[in-house]
Amino acid sequence: MATGTEPQPSSGGGVRTGTRAAIAAPHLRTDRWWLAPAVTAAGLLAFVLYSTWRAFADTHYYSAPYVSPFYSPCLAERCQTMHAGPNAALFGSWWIISPAIIILIFPLGFRLTCYYYRKAYYRAFWLSPPACAVAEPHRAYTGETRLPLILQNLHRYFFYAALLVAGVLTYDTVLAFRDTHYRWGHMGLGTLLFLLNIALIWAYTLSCHSCRHIVGGRIKHFSRHPVRYRVWGFISRLNAHHMLLAWASLVSVALADFYVFLLASGAFSDPRFF
Amino acid sequence: MSVVDRQEWDVVVVGAGGAGLRAAIEARERGARTAVICKSLFGKAHTVMAEGGIAAAMGNVNPHDSWQVHFRDTLRGGKFLNQWRMAELHAREAPDRVWELETWGALFDRTDDGRISQRNFGGHEYPRLAHVGDRTGLELIRTLQQKIVALQQEDKKETGDYESRLKVFQECTVTQVLKDGDRVSGVFAYERESGRFFVLEAPAVVIATGGIGKSFKVTSNSWEYTGDGHALALLAGGHLLNMEFVQFHPTGMVWPPSVKGILVTESVRGDGGVLRNSDGKRFMFDYIPDVFKEKYAESEEEGDRWYEDPDHNRRPPELLPRDEVARAINAEVKAGRGSPHGGVFLDVSTRMSAEVIRRRLPSMYHQFKELADVDITAEAMEVGPTCHYVMGGVAVDSDTAAARGVPGLFAAGEVAGGMHGSNRLGGNSLSDLLVFGRRAGLHAAHYAAGTAGRPRVDDAQVATAAAEALRPFSAEGPATGEGQTHPPENPYALHQELQQTMNDLVGIIRRESEMEQALKKLAELRARARRAGIEGHRQFNPGWHLALDLRNMLLVSECVARAALERTESRGGHTREDFPTMNRTWRCVNLLCRLTDPGGPQAASDPVRGQITLSRETTDPIRPDLLALFEKEELVKYLAEEELCA
Amino acid sequence: MSGYEARFKVWRGDTRGGGLEDFAVEVNEGEVVLDIIHRLQATQAPDLAVRWNCKAGKCGSCSAEINGRPRLMCMTRMSVFERDETITVTPLRAFPVIRDLVTDVGFNYRKAREIPAFVPPSGLGPGEYRMWQQDVDRPQEFRKCIECFLCQDVCHVVRDHEENKPAYAGPRFLMRTAELDMHPLDAASETGLDRKRTAQDDHGLGYCNITKCCTEVCPESIKITDNALIPMKESAADRKYDPLVWLGSKIRRRSPAD
Repeated sequence: MATGTEPQPSSGGGVRTGTRAAIAAPHLRTDRWWLAPAVTAAGLLAFVLYSTWRAFADTHYYSAPYVSPFYSPCLAERCQTMHAGPNAALFGSWWIISPAIIILIFPLGFRLTCYYYRKAYYRAFWLSPPACAVAEPHRAYTGETRLPLILQNLHRYFFYAALLVAGVLTYDTVLAFRDTHYRWGHMGLGTLLFLLNIALIWAYTLSCHSCRHIVGGRIKHFSRHPVRYRVWGFISRLNAHHMLLAWASLVSVALADFYVFLLASGAFSDPRFF
Repeated sequence: MSVVDRQEWDVVVVGAGGAGLRAAIEARERGARTAVICKSLFGKAHTVMAEGGIAAAMGNVNPHDSWQVHFRDTLRGGKFLNQWRMAELHAREAPDRVWELETWGALFDRTDDGRISQRNFGGHEYPRLAHVGDRTGLELIRTLQQKIVALQQEDKKETGDYESRLKVFQECTVTQVLKDGDRVSGVFAYERESGRFFVLEAPAVVIATGGIGKSFKVTSNSWEYTGDGHALALLAGGHLLNMEFVQFHPTGMVWPPSVKGILVTESVRGDGGVLRNSDGKRFMFDYIPDVFKEKYAESEEEGDRWYEDPDHNRRPPELLPRDEVARAINAEVKAGRGSPHGGVFLDVSTRMSAEVIRRRLPSMYHQFKELADVDITAEAMEVGPTCHYVMGGVAVDSDTAAARGVPGLFAAGEVAGGMHGSNRLGGNSLSDLLVFGRRAGLHAAHYAAGTAGRPRVDDAQVATAAAEALRPFSAEGPATGEGQTHPPENPYALHQELQQTMNDLVGIIRRESEMEQALKKLAELRARARRAGIEGHRQFNPGWHLALDLRNMLLVSECVARAALERTESRGGHTREDFPTMNRTWRCVNLLCRLTDPGGPQAASDPVRGQITLSRETTDPIRPDLLALFEKEELVKYLAEEELCA
Repeated sequence: MSGYEARFKVWRGDTRGGGLEDFAVEVNEGEVVLDIIHRLQATQAPDLAVRWNCKAGKCGSCSAEINGRPRLMCMTRMSVFERDETITVTPLRAFPVIRDLVTDVGFNYRKAREIPAFVPPSGLGPGEYRMWQQDVDRPQEFRKCIECFLCQDVCHVVRDHEENKPAYAGPRFLMRTAELDMHPLDAASETGLDRKRTAQDDHGLGYCNITKCCTEVCPESIKITDNALIPMKESAADRKYDPLVWLGSKIRRRSPAD
């Protein structure tokens, strides 16, 4: 009985496997299914190009009182001195390339293993699958069952690291309430930009699925943990917007960096409010 | 003819809805090797459509509730025609059946103290329906399905085979119950997918096939509801009880046409939905019958207060039993006060916030949004009566669910008659499935274990059944007098005519002349159905399947029409325009249908004689301690003098 | 809106082969794709095979692919299409075909059997279960599943790779493990059954690359990926990839998921 439960013989070939309905087309979608992966690919690619350039540039990342989020904290001796800024020369003088590389590993790793970004690049770059019910081009597929993709399970460690990085960026935002002479109680357009960026960074970081799991997802009896239940509920509501926050914070962090670049390179001067 | 595959089982359950699965679980747990046969995929049975809940007097929300109160409500709802022992067992055992589901993994909505929440429903004195939002039937079927899988996993551990003791034959249809003399010996079935025939030999067969709604045009029932079990029992020599009682659910969708009839759960009213006509009037206040006058609110204000304070106010008349509400809506529409698409307005948006509606009635919200483009949180629904349930069914023994007159045959669920009397209360169906499904499984297993020597399956019966099933492939009209032949009939067209006939002539309001006309039409359809022909081959051929189901629908429709013509009163799900009131002398009369000529051809076209013979029997007097649960003033409205004295 | 004639392409055939067949068919106001298929049956193709039951999106029988997207035919209104659009209806393409729009969905029933059942807590009789609404909310979402198997059909792990079928239970049944794992009274762990570990080891959770098509096609709008699969992945990470949690459980001798 074929609707019964006897196993069927199987052979390769995806939707064109012998026993399935004989349809030659790899998919029959008539809508613009390619649009979403194309836009995703373009967006991610643009960010990768920009951030690679900026990360390796090793210049124009500080303009008092603002430090580019790509270079914070700055952990090598070669770092520009930032007054009361996020300097910590953990890496000595032997570190000869851009100090951004040291720290960017963490936010990059966090985003690379993020459940949303995984979906985005699996679809947009790996085409696995390019869109729902559109056949993927690969012969074999093992998903996240073996190296290297099994390492995606390290997401939560990157989450812990991302918390620390977000902490430093918060500190940087506080520092942004100074003027160019390090006097407190001032604000410029950059301060606003940094505020926006840090808000989005936190929202993105806290809305992460790992965070949701850690704060309460693993509890079986919410009724016995009312506080964690409320926190979980809050994170769950944020989590529903994880994709939006992922993109918004990606754009805002690039924007903050670009703003610092403009100031540091002298192409623009920061409008001060007070 | 090819050799028909045969297998031996102890108990065969026909139907995999709530009753069938519960019966199968019980039979297997009692040690019987059990096979379940169902027309659809496993887990798709019509039970999933049940929305409101399972009625069981657990008293979780109102501690005054008890089985006695539940019993009383059930009898009132059924207008005292219920097989009282069934109603008693049902009320007593329902709580255990619900709690048992929890131990199998069901997750009902909860009260604040962590127990199963219960909601109000038409005809129930206290909040009584255990529910999961408005998808209780789905929860029930999934729980039973998963319990069956759990049992199969146990069997796999012990025997290495999932299906050694409990097997589901999905997408198979039974066309005949086979017999060895008086006794049941098995079933003859075909696999829908391949068209292959097979025989399951078994001393005990449980019929749990549900209802007959597909004989009507506007119905909430799915295609499976073709009265198969009713017909199987008739053909096996059983009796059908009180088939005139067909419940029209008051609130089915009326628009768009393609979904006309699809159910709008009674929970909408239980949770505060009100019915209005095109004048904006809450018309139900004009339709409270005398027998219910003391129980229902007289003003809108009182009805509204009841939702908050049920102990000091009476419930709104929207929550009258279904037959009353259906008739009221029918009358309003006839009087020209209907909605644009021929229904009335049902509105929840005025009483509940959008968020509450979406939480408490998620599938209704979804259903109207998706199918009718109506946002029930902002506007009223249009609703009208739809054929929903048949109270009549196989005459069974109350305690054992054994079909009367056919040793080895059992029936449970909608296909069994008696439990609900002349009208079923909402929520009593799911509990009925569980209580009597279990009883049928239990007694079928006992019976199978106790039979001396397995009954023999007669080859000739198998051959006849096979020939009968194959007939639509060679359908040609029989030679007429002039030597001409009729062209083969289209089964789809026949089905549509049957539905139209039943809807128009034996529908919610009945008249003698129309029912006589219906019987004539049914006789004609019967003759034409013999010539139902089909294209294609035996593999998954829906035309063929329908041609075979027509036999069942025609048999059952004749029972309904004949019994409805005979009962000259109005009671519950049977309303006669020519006899508009309830008649106490009819209270103790059951109408029994049986096949006139069980061995003969199933094509008798004489409209007067037909295929069905009707007889009357007097019901058992209600046990005194149960009668004592009612006030004397109430009983005089229902019972004849001599019953009261007894 | 009045009636009009629509153009349909419906896949007809069986295991031996088949193809898209053209039909011109009447469409009336308010109809859904299933109505049109029924009209074809009644007027042009009486043996056109199709599964359906409730016609209200509650039973999950009439799953098919409409213009290449997995959907329930009863919940796809004709009004979402342009009148001059040709509507293509095919059977589910991840499962072996039986005939016309009917496929062999036995894969799903085999997988259902492989998920260990609910384990009732010892010491609690029927009627003694106490659970709070906030505790049952999560598993209740998964129990809305109508088993239409659209998620199983769309999931590229098996749709595009037949060879993965033995190792991978699919979204519906990984969600079932999540449901049982989140059931407040499931006592599996007391019998030595670790559902988080079996999800990974026996049911192929690692194959899922969370591309969310299951969630996209779910007619019940269950957040399969976010609420079931990712939490299961995180739980599996608790067990297998988080030495801190592992250490904690060794020291405190209790399950971290109390």
